[in-house]
Amino acid sequence: MSRAGAEAEALFEVLRGIPDPEVPALDIVELGIVRRVELRPDGAVAVEVTPTYSGCPAMRMIEQEIVAALRANGYDRVELRTVYSPAWTTDWLSDSAKAKLKAYGIAPPDPAVVEQALVPLMSSMRRAACPYCGSSNTERKSEFGSTACKAIHYCHHCHQPFEEFKAI
Amino acid sequence: MNEGGAVFEYLLRLGDDRLILGHRLSEWCGHGPVLEEDIALANVALDLIGQATHVLRLAGQVEGEGRDEDALAYFRDAIDYRNINLVELPNGDFGRTIVRQFLFDAWSVLLLDGLQRAAHTELAGIAAKAHKEARYHVRHSGEWVIRLGDGTEESHRRVQTALDELWPYTGELFAADEVDRLLAGSIAPEPAALAPAWREVVSDVVRRATLTLPADGYMHSGGRQGRHTEHLGHLLAEMQILARSHPGAKW
Repeated sequence: MSRAGAEAEALFEVLRGIPDPEVPALDIVELGIVRRVELRPDGAVAVEVTPTYSGCPAMRMIEQEIVAALRANGYDRVELRTVYSPAWTTDWLSDSAKAKLKAYGIAPPDPAVVEQALVPLMSSMRRAACPYCGSSNTERKSEFGSTACKAIHYCHHCHQPFEEFKAI
Repeated sequence: MNEGGAVFEYLLRLGDDRLILGHRLSEWCGHGPVLEEDIALANVALDLIGQATHVLRLAGQVEGEGRDEDALAYFRDAIDYRNINLVELPNGDFGRTIVRQFLFDAWSVLLLDGLQRAAHTELAGIAAKAHKEARYHVRHSGEWVIRLGDGTEESHRRVQTALDELWPYTGELFAADEVDRLLAGSIAPEPAALAPAWREVVSDVVRRATLTLPADGYMHSGGRQGRHTEHLGHLLAEMQILARSHPGAKW
């Protein structure tokens, strides 16, 4: 690994210590919020972040935690930049991140597909697998849950309501 | 008007539509007909206000006068707001809120799809994110229009009335002026070009909802030029009072 590569890896390691405030089972790196980290020749650390959802209320807190974590590791100057392109997608979640979500009780996202119809038939909507019992005898109750990234479902097999990390 | 000025104006329009509609929807928070719907409307409001934040921040950068998204949101008067009149109208009952939302969402999803493929890199990035959100917004409001229209006699009557009363506010979605003409084809899709696809989506949902599509007649206009209904001033008074009473406050 090049020296710059090793430095970036060390910086990523620091940022992997920051859990997402709303889904603490995942850290902000595996969630795909941190897009790029670079140690500049002048000693400043440049960090590029991208929001998951436009209105994610945790974004500012995440930025503060990035600055605090880097400071605690001796990097006093941090330059944060928000990038929008490419737009965040749940397809960036690794298999291990998805497994962590499931273990946490949140159904992981399927691959993000863009449906043709803008208002499809409700009966054609895909059924999420229950993270507790694995049954697909489930029903979507609402596309909107406790946070922007989650939908609410109900499992008719084990009679548990559960949340799903929406594929987007 | 030069192209920079037109881009600023265009971004205000895009941001103001979302800020004002988001604020209107937020009035439902704690008042939804069922808990899940209360959460849903608050979520949509949050998405829209988030989209407005990103767009207005970019508008401030394009303008180059040192105004950030908060300055643009809280320190402009109604006459300087560039949203269409549809989004500032009072919520009315749940059915009316949903019909307004559907008419907007079906247009917004098409507009954002055009913008995400347009030439302005930063705006395209913001639009690409917002487009993903608009996809589930229109699914949500469209499903509700169908459910209410094809529901009880009472719900059918209410959403048909709402559709009839809101229809004259949809002309603004596709009206073009100098700003649109300066940007059409490069940064923004031509407004009228979105009309056929919008009509198709709206007609399909209206049919499935057993509702009747209103006839095109008189259409309200003026929002893009700062001519608003009386309702916007009242909305802004509530939205802006804290920031104006304590300008620059930090906590």
